[in-house]
Amino acid sequence: MRQRSRQNEQAPWAPYCQTQRRIHRICAFPVPPLLGLPRYTVEWRCPLPPLCTMSGGLLKALRSDSYVELSQYRDQHFRGDNEEQEKLLKKSCTLYVGNLSFYTTEEQIYELFSKSGDIKKIIMGLDKMKKTACGFCFVEYYSRADAENAMRYINGTRLDDRIIRTDWDAGFKEGRQYGRGRSGGQVRDEYRQDYDAGRGGYGKLAQNQ
Amino acid sequence: MSRRRHSDENDGGQPHKRRKTSDANETEDHLESLICKVGEKSACSLESNLEGLAGVLEADLPNYKSKILRLLCTVARLLPEKLTIYTTLVGLLNARNYNFGGEFVEAMIRQLKESLKSNNYNEAVYLVRRDWYVYAFLSSLPWVGKELYEKKDAEMDRIFASTENYLKRRQKTHVPMLQVWTAEKPHPQEEYLDCLWAQIQKLKKDRWQERHILRPYLAFDSILCEALQHNLPPFTPPPHTEDSVYPMPRVIFRMFDYTDDPEGPVMPGSHSVERFVIEENLHCIIKSHWKERKTCAAQLVSYPGKNKIPLNYHIVEVIFAELFQLPAPPHIDVMYTTLLIELCKLQPGSLPQVLAQATEMLYMRLDTMNTTCVDRFINWFSHHLSNFQFRWSWEDWSDCLTQDPESPKPKFVREVLEKCMRLSYHQRILDFVPPTFSALCPANPTCIYKYGDESSNSLPGHSVALCLAVAFKSKATNDEIFSILKDVPNPNQDDDDDEGFSFNPLKIEVFVQTLLHLAAKSFSHSFSALAKFHEVFKTLAESDEGKLHVLRVMFEVWRNHPQMIAVLVDKMIRTQIVDCAAVANWIFSSELSRDFTRLFVWEILHSTIRKMNKHVLKIQKELEEAKEKLARQHKRRSDDDDRSSDRKDGALEEQIERLQEKVESAQSEQKNLFLVIFQRFIMILTEHLVRCETDGTSVLTPWYKNCIERLQQIFLQHHQIIQQYMVTLENLLFTAELDPHILAVFQQFCALQA
Repeated sequence: MRQRSRQNEQAPWAPYCQTQRRIHRICAFPVPPLLGLPRYTVEWRCPLPPLCTMSGGLLKALRSDSYVELSQYRDQHFRGDNEEQEKLLKKSCTLYVGNLSFYTTEEQIYELFSKSGDIKKIIMGLDKMKKTACGFCFVEYYSRADAENAMRYINGTRLDDRIIRTDWDAGFKEGRQYGRGRSGGQVRDEYRQDYDAGRGGYGKLAQNQ
Repeated sequence: MSRRRHSDENDGGQPHKRRKTSDANETEDHLESLICKVGEKSACSLESNLEGLAGVLEADLPNYKSKILRLLCTVARLLPEKLTIYTTLVGLLNARNYNFGGEFVEAMIRQLKESLKSNNYNEAVYLVRRDWYVYAFLSSLPWVGKELYEKKDAEMDRIFASTENYLKRRQKTHVPMLQVWTAEKPHPQEEYLDCLWAQIQKLKKDRWQERHILRPYLAFDSILCEALQHNLPPFTPPPHTEDSVYPMPRVIFRMFDYTDDPEGPVMPGSHSVERFVIEENLHCIIKSHWKERKTCAAQLVSYPGKNKIPLNYHIVEVIFAELFQLPAPPHIDVMYTTLLIELCKLQPGSLPQVLAQATEMLYMRLDTMNTTCVDRFINWFSHHLSNFQFRWSWEDWSDCLTQDPESPKPKFVREVLEKCMRLSYHQRILDFVPPTFSALCPANPTCIYKYGDESSNSLPGHSVALCLAVAFKSKATNDEIFSILKDVPNPNQDDDDDEGFSFNPLKIEVFVQTLLHLAAKSFSHSFSALAKFHEVFKTLAESDEGKLHVLRVMFEVWRNHPQMIAVLVDKMIRTQIVDCAAVANWIFSSELSRDFTRLFVWEILHSTIRKMNKHVLKIQKELEEAKEKLARQHKRRSDDDDRSSDRKDGALEEQIERLQEKVESAQSEQKNLFLVIFQRFIMILTEHLVRCETDGTSVLTPWYKNCIERLQQIFLQHHQIIQQYMVTLENLLFTAELDPHILAVFQQFCALQA
């Protein structure tokens, strides 16, 4: 069937780089690591190696479900030991969602995360002082399977033009909706050096210099 | 062996034994790796790799035979796209070790039997029993047809003749229900067996010349011919049992042909067996790696033979085939969106153009596209755009601006823009949409409060509304709200008989309008409001009319914000302010007739049905668990002979009885929901058909096409539940007196279940 060929047109959907910070660094703030990890480690999903070099071969790869695995992050305020936290994480239906714009609304989050299943509750992350959105939230599903699909297919895609990151959360507790940075927002916004229009501009430390 | 390993770790014991165990593991891993990797890109030729591997495996047979057997059976099952590589390997091994060849054949037959018994039809390859056996036969032919014909042509001809007879006699009433497009042009949507039959016939006419499948065994012809053969043991397929489940029939989705990529390699024709093989293999890759989107994308783009075929076109076609598959895609919709994004990242110079071309083609064929598929297209396209800054050449679609706004193309654009807005915000849409398209832009999702301005002074209940607003803002309790509402007159009642709270639409109106208006700031605010004043809601919405009116008023307040309507309906069902039947009746009510064809309405209805289904399953599960608990207690009692558990039994038996009642009640509610929905569909469709007959106008308006396909959608999406009601539906609703247009949908559905 003859169609207008788009071969010569510019690719409409090539990957693009948002002028946003790449989150690769370990937090620079020197805090005695409680579990051998820096206070707040942000991990970026590394591109998977090609299949044929994966150890254990293709069969292991066929059973693999790496997007659902736990990350390195553990909540330092969690009441309980690492084993207890991991146990909760492995059956949790709640996701932490990070790298949101301060302007992203609950409605937008609902729309996107509903694509993997019915949402039970969304709790927006707030600046402790200002009580305004500070760029993260919790999304709780009714079923674990729906949360897993969000980890597989919504994590690492865009919301409000920003690549968002999802991670397992042990479960919402009152107080966890507040940023833990000294200025009231998230820790990562205390120390970052770059300019991020969706997250209040420069990092707090840089702003106050 | 494992015991030895533990003692080694604990007492740091005999080092040489420990080394041997870990060596054995290493070797097994190494073997697995070798077997899996053969066929992948390598410095040496495939033939020499196969020879080398056969030699290695032969040497390891004495120590690792069972592991090797298991590995080979598993790869044959899970990596069908590399089938011929592994059959060659086994052939070579058989030439070197006849006994191993025999054991392999036995193991494979055993595996096939087990797969069939456990209904793993997808791994043994699919469908409704007789259809399935025909499919199994035909689909194996691209690989082995030539050999079979060379050796057993008389038998083959016989099987072919009986297959042809069977296919001619088959009923195909169900096919229109599964087609993505109702038009035959440009690509017919063939039933899968018909398509395969045509492909195999062409292959036969071409004397079994099939060029696409890799056949490394040809290089080893001399060795393999010399080797001794094994006889296949007789194979009796397991009989059909009540539990046997066969996957649903399907229609082959085609959207491209060789004219769509004039500059690249030629796309194999729709009835060529190469097309069949490529599609099968690409579907297999998705099936293997659906959980790992990056791996899946990488495997798709590195499909062997990609220089001879327009691979990007095949990939896009296969992905859309799955996304648009009826009744449901094999995997969750969002997986396909993310997979396509990964593919765009992997091949930024070529894949996005093919995807854009595909989008364009799908748009052009919207007029004949099945409504359910259009829904998925809307959701995919809007989500995809939101990942690429909503970049699209909307002007290319200006043709839709001059069409009847209810026709498929402008409707599609409107729905896409509405979904784009939900993922961003209203001004964003106005910014990227060209001014000519402004009529198709969604409304600003603001709240409409009828008691808000001065002109509302004259409205009945206005003063109560103001009073309520003050009360809400000063954190009133439910009781305080009740007392304010007591003063609201009931427009439906003539006498002053105001005992209790019988259905009073005005009370509902002032309460719901005012509360929702004050809580309009966000979903969380609205949910809080529903929770805080749950008692008032429950009381006002006690009767069926009350429930309907609550929904009506909520809709009046939020008619600009369909997303809010959807989440409020969801919350109201979950907190039992309204029930599912009320939502169904509301959707078919006259207030919603203007919005009846809008996507959000059907999303609400299907979400409601799903909640009902999940509720029934949940209680059924509780009942099962309680019964199991009782059975375990009985067993313990017979083991222990403990009298005290009599009491425990009593409590548990009571619980089971209660749960049994709960299950029956829930199942009855579920059946009632479907009956209400079907009844309303029949009413609304009959009304339209009668009106068209008296007016002498054509029945096939855009509204009608939408409505009849929505009815089909109910059948398809919930076919497993509806199956239970077939007798009731046939005797009560879909009787012979019904208009043939409507009855046809029911009959197609019945054909699908047969």
